[in-house]
Amino acid sequence: MMGKVIEEEKRQLSDYIKHYRPKQILRDRIMESIIFLGGLSAVIFTIGIFLFVIKEAWPFLSSRFSLMEFLTNIEWYPVSNVSVRYGAKALFVGTAAVTIGSMVLAIPVGIGTAIFISEFCGPKFKEVAKILIELLASIPSVVWGFIAVMVMNPFIINVLHEPVGLNVFNASIILALMSIPMIVSIGEDALRSVPDTYREAAESLGATRLEVVIRVIIPAAKNGLIAAILLGVGRAVGETMAVLMATGHSVAIPDSIFSPVRTLTATVAAEMGEAPKGSEHYQTLFTIGLSLLLITFSINFISDILLRKSWKRK
Amino acid sequence: MSSFKSTELLKSKVSKQKWVESILLVTTFALFIPVAAIFLILLIKGYPAINLNFIFAGPSNGMTEGGIFPAIVGTFWLIFLSLFFTCPLGILAALYLNEYARDNTFTRIINLAIINLAGVPSIVYSLFGLGAFVLFLKMGTSILSASLTLSVMNLPVIITSTRESLLAVPKSFREACWNVGASKWQTLWYVVLPNSLPGILTGVIFSVSRAAGETAAILFTGVAFYLPFLPESIFDQCMALSMHLYTISTQVVGVPESYTFGTALVLIGLVLIVNTLSIVVRSYYRSHRKW
Repeated sequence: MMGKVIEEEKRQLSDYIKHYRPKQILRDRIMESIIFLGGLSAVIFTIGIFLFVIKEAWPFLSSRFSLMEFLTNIEWYPVSNVSVRYGAKALFVGTAAVTIGSMVLAIPVGIGTAIFISEFCGPKFKEVAKILIELLASIPSVVWGFIAVMVMNPFIINVLHEPVGLNVFNASIILALMSIPMIVSIGEDALRSVPDTYREAAESLGATRLEVVIRVIIPAAKNGLIAAILLGVGRAVGETMAVLMATGHSVAIPDSIFSPVRTLTATVAAEMGEAPKGSEHYQTLFTIGLSLLLITFSINFISDILLRKSWKRK
Repeated sequence: MSSFKSTELLKSKVSKQKWVESILLVTTFALFIPVAAIFLILLIKGYPAINLNFIFAGPSNGMTEGGIFPAIVGTFWLIFLSLFFTCPLGILAALYLNEYARDNTFTRIINLAIINLAGVPSIVYSLFGLGAFVLFLKMGTSILSASLTLSVMNLPVIITSTRESLLAVPKSFREACWNVGASKWQTLWYVVLPNSLPGILTGVIFSVSRAAGETAAILFTGVAFYLPFLPESIFDQCMALSMHLYTISTQVVGVPESYTFGTALVLIGLVLIVNTLSIVVRSYYRSHRKW
């Protein structure tokens, strides 16, 4: 009787080793390589983006492109009959103007909110504030642009008595509201990653909560907070639809915050539709795309290094 | 005497802290104002336009009358097709990073690529889509090209959220499964993935709302200003709600205000419903998790 059971178990075991186990291993190998390909996808697409943008811009980059003209000339006449000029200085300045304008508002509010959520308020308010921030982040950029045109534009004209409602000021406010959620959520992560022992040590020395925050938490979370701001800047530089609708399409160096401008992103969005495929104008627009890509890539790279540093300590 | 002095100091410190705390409270609350104002304005001005005809009719008379049905249909095509591409790929990538990847330079490069993808401006995605899908792969301006562009854009979102939910599954679950003779893939398929499904779902739903609202990325890849017919296959062009809102609020003259606000309301309503769904799934998941 006993022998039979053991025989049966032996048979099952050898069956498992002979038939089931190899199948199991084979399936594991196949899935592992599929999963590996999936893991590779992000790298492939990143390289692909650079490759295809450079490919389309290349004929222009390798022939009449001059970095001096591109960066220092303010004359952007891509379809002029007399003499075509591709000076993108005004576009770079336009992007810088709305980015700086938005950050003046977004950095204090964003970092302030992050500090408040992380260090001062209770858990219930924190939950509510986080949902609110998520709501703010979920509003699509075209709806922000719509608000800029339909609400902010008449407000600036009627209440502030400015002749043009679509300008740096308008775009800066919209962009600030769009980048605040990112600054808050990354900033809050950075503050939360400061170990509680730091807080306890400072408080046991008699520091008030405010002193703890200013003297201990902010210096300790410095890298993460800078990364949060940088990512907010990246968001503002790369934003397209809202800026396209809010800035007022004027390729010129702004002389006040109520001047209309044109950003790099808006130029690509506005002109690509009319540029014939493969024309020099089309290639210039890809060159602008390439500069945007390089700007955002460097911002992301630097903030990644900063965030990594701040995690290491934890 | 000295103890009296220190209480004075403490008092001033406490009052200073109260000041700062209330300023921060006000700035945080100040964020409520624009959110509430935007939703209220859209609701008040857009609500009168919304009726069955507005939802189920096509635009007519040079897009100044009629409804937005083709735009709604187009947006749904784009959402579902882009999810179809991006979900499997994103989940695979997250599985690799969380379950297989070692801590080496290669993994760092993948992480950097994901972070970079998350920060690429949407208009650059559109240029990439134009160069890669429309021209190089000869898909033309079509729903297919636009969805592929959107799915590359949403890839980092899905990867990050899936990774977080995989990370939340305790190691002991995996160990228990290995101990009964399951292979690595069986462990992932029968234990890890089912347990992280709600978290993955949250990320997927969130990427739906991103796809619904995105305009710039689909600008040159497959969306038309106006089409008199509905798309029949993935090789047709389509209209989209976000693009339609851009068109009627800046490109077409003489569109009645209620029509544009109505379109904006439908778009934000869609995004909001989807987002609320994702928040509900997440909080349900948190309160019902098994560990």
